[in-house]
Amino acid sequence: MAKVATIARRTFLVGSALIAGGVAFGIYEAKKAIPNPLLDDLDEGEAAITPFVKIDSNGVTLITPRADKGQGTYSIQAYLIAEELDINPLRCNLDPGEPHQAYYNGVATGDNAPFPAYDHGWIPDHLRDILSSVGKIMAFQITGGSTSVADMHERLLTAGAVARETLKEAASRRWKVNRSELKTENGAVIAPDGKKLAYTELATDAAKIDPVTDVALRAPQNWRYLGKPVQRTDIIAKSTGTQIFGIDAKVDGMVHATVRANPGIGGDVKKFDASKAQKMRGVKKVLPIKHGIAIVADNTWRAIQAANAIEIEWGPGPYPATTDKMWEALQASATDEFLDKRWRDDGDVDKELASGKVITAEYRAPYLAHAPLEPMNAIVKVEDNRVDVWTGTQIPAFVRDHVASLTGVSAANVHVHVFAMGGSFGRRLEDTYVLQTTEIAMAMKGTPVKMTWSREEDMTHDYPRPMQLGLGRGTVKDGKVETYDLSSIGQSMTRSWFGRLMFAPPGPDMFLVAGAWDQPYGIPNYRVSGYAAKEMAPVSSWRAPGSCANGFLHEGFLDELIHAAGADPLEERLRLMIDPVSKKVLEAVGELSGWTGPKLGENRGRGVAFTHSHGVPCAEVIEVTNTPSGIKIDKVFVVTDSGKVLDPINYEAQAFGGVNFALAHAMNCELTYANYAPEQTNFDAYQGMRLYQSPQITVKALENSPNIRGIGEPTVPPAAPALANAIFAATGKRLREMPFNKFIDFV
Amino acid sequence: MKLRVNGQDHEIDVEPDMPLLWVLRDELGITGVKYGCGIAQCGACTVHMGGTAIRSCQTPASSVDGEITTIEGLGTPEQLHIVQAAWIEHQVAQCGYCQSGQIMQAASFLAENPDPTDQEIDDAMSGNLCRCGTYPRIRAAIKTAAVNLKKV
Repeated sequence: MAKVATIARRTFLVGSALIAGGVAFGIYEAKKAIPNPLLDDLDEGEAAITPFVKIDSNGVTLITPRADKGQGTYSIQAYLIAEELDINPLRCNLDPGEPHQAYYNGVATGDNAPFPAYDHGWIPDHLRDILSSVGKIMAFQITGGSTSVADMHERLLTAGAVARETLKEAASRRWKVNRSELKTENGAVIAPDGKKLAYTELATDAAKIDPVTDVALRAPQNWRYLGKPVQRTDIIAKSTGTQIFGIDAKVDGMVHATVRANPGIGGDVKKFDASKAQKMRGVKKVLPIKHGIAIVADNTWRAIQAANAIEIEWGPGPYPATTDKMWEALQASATDEFLDKRWRDDGDVDKELASGKVITAEYRAPYLAHAPLEPMNAIVKVEDNRVDVWTGTQIPAFVRDHVASLTGVSAANVHVHVFAMGGSFGRRLEDTYVLQTTEIAMAMKGTPVKMTWSREEDMTHDYPRPMQLGLGRGTVKDGKVETYDLSSIGQSMTRSWFGRLMFAPPGPDMFLVAGAWDQPYGIPNYRVSGYAAKEMAPVSSWRAPGSCANGFLHEGFLDELIHAAGADPLEERLRLMIDPVSKKVLEAVGELSGWTGPKLGENRGRGVAFTHSHGVPCAEVIEVTNTPSGIKIDKVFVVTDSGKVLDPINYEAQAFGGVNFALAHAMNCELTYANYAPEQTNFDAYQGMRLYQSPQITVKALENSPNIRGIGEPTVPPAAPALANAIFAATGKRLREMPFNKFIDFV
Repeated sequence: MKLRVNGQDHEIDVEPDMPLLWVLRDELGITGVKYGCGIAQCGACTVHMGGTAIRSCQTPASSVDGEITTIEGLGTPEQLHIVQAAWIEHQVAQCGYCQSGQIMQAASFLAENPDPTDQEIDDAMSGNLCRCGTYPRIRAAIKTAAVNLKKV
């Protein structure tokens, strides 16, 4: 662990500071073959060909280690393996596997290279490769950053091909026929004379031979499943109530628990009185835990009722008590003392700002809860030398290590069983709920403890999207944007979040300015600076971290400058665009929406916005009508380019889902704090979006980019600014703070 | 207390005010019905009582009057209800956590109103929250289901 931490620290230094001298963690470590974890506990007659394919006489199991929070990653992982394995994934078992180095995420670490994602020069791409190796050495198993497809597609195709050729080799030995004469189809090897052996019949033989690793991947034009409409592997289960989420898991003999912890996160329990709770029906135990009290009962509702009956006096949280004080703290952080890094400084911004007429604006994005519909929950069973954890998580390896360190049981004996998640949006990149459950389970050795948070506990103990303050200054000249200067001020999400996972990484935090500094615009004088305020309420990744707020700050203010210049919002963005792939995206959204300018007639308007995030350029045009009962969002046009689309039906779902997620919060949601705690504790006060507000959304995916990337997040950042810009076009009212419903009504 | 769920009779011993949701989930082990908010704001707990959609998180066990149908009783992977089949055809679900409730709400709504307008769909379905934003496909699936239900 110590060594991994050293490597990781160095990675963050490299990722965020400079590359002087390169990185010397050893090519040997990076090239070293990773053992196959499935070989550790194989039963007689089972074959594990690569860490992704397991076969026995009953069936074929595909291992899909990236965690599914609704984005469909189990399905695409299965189709990627199945494509080369020649099997219908709907007839396979899917298993996320236990955390292991074999399932590391290299793109997640590679994306930390301090270059804009559209820059594919030798140095940026080389550094991405190096950082990707660090992900491998660290066994950095994480689902996030829209990286699953980018990171896994080649590995999974290869795994499928290796498994296929190995099964053919097993059949070739049995039949004494050359392997090159054999074919595979629908889960079976076929001999030239037409006789067949199902993969399941070859498991025992395949287990005895070395995997055939000298394989070539098929050309995309020969794909059977990928790039074509397919059925998500989980769609029937999710339409019949048979999908088992973590909250539905059952373990023999389990008890039901809940927790009430200090909503001023990090604050203590000063005193509590559980005498009433203790007498309530079904209550088995009242247990003080870190920063809170746990109740164990025989039924979740009884546990929640009893928890609510405990009188607790909380100590103060370790940060400002109210939202007003928090904004004051951010405003006081726009000074040299808090300058985290000046990420971009083209031309001579100071000179232009001193000479021209300066346009200024202040933008604000609030704290936001993730609020997935499935509240946080886990089951933990602690025994003398073994711990089992059943839960939904994006970070199974961190869960394993944290539980090991809390219980003193070695990580090798901590077994994490991962479940599908009822949403996450980044929420389950944290594991407080698992550690709380572990604390309870340690006090009840041998008994599986299922812990479920109430919705109120979930809302008030999120690690929210950080609030962000944007200070924009700029000038225009001759109908063009001449100078753009954005200071983005907020907490460091990376230091807060990764500080809980491992350590607060040194060096500047790219997420402070993600979605702002890395945009492919060639503005003559262009400066973007990140200011890191002190930690307030602890924060974490929220769908499109960094860019979900900065996209609004950056594109909202750019729209103001374009308006001041008297230019067309789409034409001026096109003129400024320096990345050819991104430029085609903007052109396409113009065509798709029939763009003729921001005006659409009486009380109607449209806005455009563009953000390059998670390696994907995305442009959106939103049309609104200003009706007597408020703003109605009529249509949204979305164009993306994430390279070859592997699953068009789910791609569209993720793209419009991201738009709705962004619009929901831009219109309707914020977390405000009073007395250190969020004031919005349930969906009555944190509405999200309801069906009646969901606009008509048209998605078009270009495939010019040479790199296959994910689409779970990139459609989020441009949605809020496109809406704000549309509302400006329809009403003349410029919205600079989310949520917009504080300033304008929506239908 | 007696309860009939998905065609099966159960004898339960719970507090009169225990919500039906928790009777189903923790006492009877029927987990297709979901806990999302506990205050009838999200609709994830929607089941049918005597064929009509209700929020089981706000229905005390003592007030249950009529047979309860959960998503498992509506249809099964082998024998899908028409609404479920439409949900599958349009690949509505993303995380899927709200979809049991959405489907139960839609099934009850279409039974009452076999030929809904867009506005009526919006009104009937806006009590069911989907955090993934699957709404465009929920609308499409309801329209498909409405057509297919008429063919029966």
